[in-house]
Amino acid sequence: MSAAPRPIHFTLNGATAECMVAPHETLVDVLRDRFALYGPRESCGQGLCGCCTILVDGAAVSGCLYLAAFADSAGIITVEGLADGDALHPVQEAFIEAGAFQCGFCTPGFILMTTRLLDAHPEPSDDQIRHYLSGNLCRCGTYPQIIEAVRLAAKKLKPG
Amino acid sequence: MSEAKVMPGQAMPGGQIGRSLPRVEARAKVTGRAEYIHNLRLPGMLWAKIARSTVPHGCIRGIDTSAAKAMSGVHSVVIGEDILTVIPDPYFGPAFHDQPILALGKVRFAGEPVAVVLAEDPKIAEAAAQEISVDYEELPAVYDEIEAMTSTAYVHDELKPAGMFADLKHLAGKRDTNIALGYHLRRGDMDTAFAEADHVFEHTFRTPQQMHTPLEPHCAIADATSAGVTVHSSTQTPSSVRVEIARLLGLPENRVRVRTAFLGGGFGAKVYVKMEALAVALSLLARRPVKVALTMEEQFFTISKHGSTFRIKSAVTKDGRITARTCEVIYNGGAYADIGPRVAQKSGFSAAGPYDIANVAIDSYETYTNRPTAGALRGFGMPQLVWAYESHTDLIARALGLDPVEFRRKNLLRDGQPQATGTVLKDTATGAVLDRVCERIGWGRAFDRGSGTTRRGRGIAIGLKASIAPTTSVATIAVAADGSATLYCGTVDMGQGSTTALAQIAAEALGIDAEAVRVVAPDTDVTPYDMGTLGSRSTFHMGNAVRAAADEVKGKLAAMAAETGVPAGTNLPIAEIFRRKYGMQAGTIVGSGSFVPDYVSPDHATGLTPNATPYWMTGGSGAEVEVDTETGQVRVLRLVNVADAGVAINPRMVETQLTGAAVMQLGFTLSEEMVFTDGQLRNPNFADYKIPGIRDMPDRLDGETVAARQESGPYGAKGVGETGTFGVSPAIANAIHDAVGVRITELPITAEAVYRALRQAAGDKLPEE
Repeated sequence: MSAAPRPIHFTLNGATAECMVAPHETLVDVLRDRFALYGPRESCGQGLCGCCTILVDGAAVSGCLYLAAFADSAGIITVEGLADGDALHPVQEAFIEAGAFQCGFCTPGFILMTTRLLDAHPEPSDDQIRHYLSGNLCRCGTYPQIIEAVRLAAKKLKPG
Repeated sequence: MSEAKVMPGQAMPGGQIGRSLPRVEARAKVTGRAEYIHNLRLPGMLWAKIARSTVPHGCIRGIDTSAAKAMSGVHSVVIGEDILTVIPDPYFGPAFHDQPILALGKVRFAGEPVAVVLAEDPKIAEAAAQEISVDYEELPAVYDEIEAMTSTAYVHDELKPAGMFADLKHLAGKRDTNIALGYHLRRGDMDTAFAEADHVFEHTFRTPQQMHTPLEPHCAIADATSAGVTVHSSTQTPSSVRVEIARLLGLPENRVRVRTAFLGGGFGAKVYVKMEALAVALSLLARRPVKVALTMEEQFFTISKHGSTFRIKSAVTKDGRITARTCEVIYNGGAYADIGPRVAQKSGFSAAGPYDIANVAIDSYETYTNRPTAGALRGFGMPQLVWAYESHTDLIARALGLDPVEFRRKNLLRDGQPQATGTVLKDTATGAVLDRVCERIGWGRAFDRGSGTTRRGRGIAIGLKASIAPTTSVATIAVAADGSATLYCGTVDMGQGSTTALAQIAAEALGIDAEAVRVVAPDTDVTPYDMGTLGSRSTFHMGNAVRAAADEVKGKLAAMAAETGVPAGTNLPIAEIFRRKYGMQAGTIVGSGSFVPDYVSPDHATGLTPNATPYWMTGGSGAEVEVDTETGQVRVLRLVNVADAGVAINPRMVETQLTGAAVMQLGFTLSEEMVFTDGQLRNPNFADYKIPGIRDMPDRLDGETVAARQESGPYGAKGVGETGTFGVSPAIANAIHDAVGVRITELPITAEAVYRALRQAAGDKLPEE
């Protein structure tokens, strides 16, 4: 609205990307408006529900609070970047097999956060699962099935 | 952690019923590509941002929009009087035509839409909306439902029933009241029963106003032209929205198109007109597509769950038979009726609970107050009522020194017995549900009751709910020349899995695999009428319509086969029959089916009816809790939800609905409350209004069904979306009582509430809140 937009360059789901962003624009808005990526989505607008989860240089951020300008020269991954063509990521497969979603609005956020969890803790304890996923809310209350999906995904990702 | 125990039911020949098929849209949801109206934008679209009332009740003296209009990037500013130029009578609502599209002359709650800014950039619209200033003359207001019953601060000058429901017509033109509807039931001889009672118990229970908080906030995009109107909406009720928009515009239904996609949750928040009428009016004024997309905060000012007060009184014999029960339920409906009058009436039917009681008096009231509007939330009032009557039931058992389960068994209403309305219970497994809850929670078995400052207890509860009747569903199935089938129906998939379950029903009826059935998303241009996706009605009503449509398809296919000389009972592929008829891959067979259950409206004087509902839903919960007696903190260790779902079409999804409902109700039980000061909502956001997260999960949470069959349902099925909400709150309160001997009578059961009750029981004085 106020200050002038400036260009940012970054990697988006493995491909180079650039766009003009105004200082007030959030990463979730920019990814939706300029790149038609609707996996990250704003819900609570306070960084409390996790629906807008985006990976920035490997760290999960709330895209509704993260200013797009900060993404300059970063590596960005959204849920759209997980599958390899038609082959789903093991975490995505696990969420389907465990029936770990209902309305699906929060699902991209949970899936991205699960990939973070399993990167850091390939065999997560119950407490680690709850710790990593405590910033993602599911109003359909599908948590038991999500925990099952995380365990299933850990098995799928286990080497050998 | 979660143990799937949903009964597969009797195997059907097609093998499609009782199949735990993953959701047909699963892949779209895990890749972020599932369609939500939230994601939709149209070429040339304007964004609308709403300026809301800052006072709970007042006359509008003037609205100054000049600063907003002067802002760069603002397309226009719209107030209530502008709406009148395109919609002369802009009042809407499913039960009462009482809600203006934008406030006209008066505001009735703090947060009511007063003006709208349109702009191409939503951020500009939002900033400009802040610049609108409104001059109000404040009026006396009423917030509490008990006060509303007698207050002379009237929210509306007169009642304006919509005419959609025949049994509300008598209320037209009624003045000087905040009671939108009273439902009254009288059965038996109350005076004698209470006079002859060995014991009389009376308690009052309350629940606060709460909110659905679907993670996809309400949104609607309208594109209005002289040819008609298209509305893309996150609605649970496309057909009902079409009927209402057509009425407001004076257009035939076929000029109004309402379509939706997957919903990011609904839970009753998105039934009937919400943002659609505003979007349509704005599009007519701007002559461009307009998107109204609410924030999470704004949803709190759009629709909510009724706060309530329930006074319940029972006459009981010394050996533990309940002989009479008086129920006075007062719902806090907020400023506009929405579907609240139906909530008051339908829940009123079973306010006395799943018990065989000869003498019953029920008075269930919907009141107007100067709060945000309340409507339907996953149970149509029933969770508020079960909370009260199952807490009451436990208190009676404890006072009489009876085992709470044995006391319930002794009084339980069972299949074949008349319920309070006089309607006989049929295909309703109350006994099996109660037994199974007890088994799963280990009722009667010794357990670790804790020690020192950590105490454990167990509690159970059971509820019964009537379905929403009379309502209609229509379905169409088209079979293409290659034999593939497409199902057209207006049922909205908001996460409950209807797309998958209805595909399974269609597939079973057609003798094909569910994966081969394509289900078209609701779009009133192509999908036939359906009253709405609400009240756990779709599996039963739409399922029956789908079955009927499939039967018609099969009949036409058989006729076509006969016509082309194919012998009956052939296993010739469908494609070959088409080829014989049309000489090539061509043609379509269309079958349609509709379903409307029998229903008898309750007698106005007695509230009795021989047919209150096409089916009953019954569900029970068992809870084991741990209470920290130093802090009042409650931890739910185990929670089990058991339901009669008839035959489960998709057992996995039924189980997920039951555990999901338990989680949602856990929030309504332990943390969620819309907090007001002088009519101003203090916590319309997730920082201050806490919904359950993964850390709030019980150590163990199970959902399961009992072996049951709804003979009138499709393949024996009935609805289940709401059933898992019934027993959770009272089961937890009863478990807390079991653990530490104190009774909480008001939700939410916060640590502070338990702490205060513990201190009071110990005789300590604490400062007031």
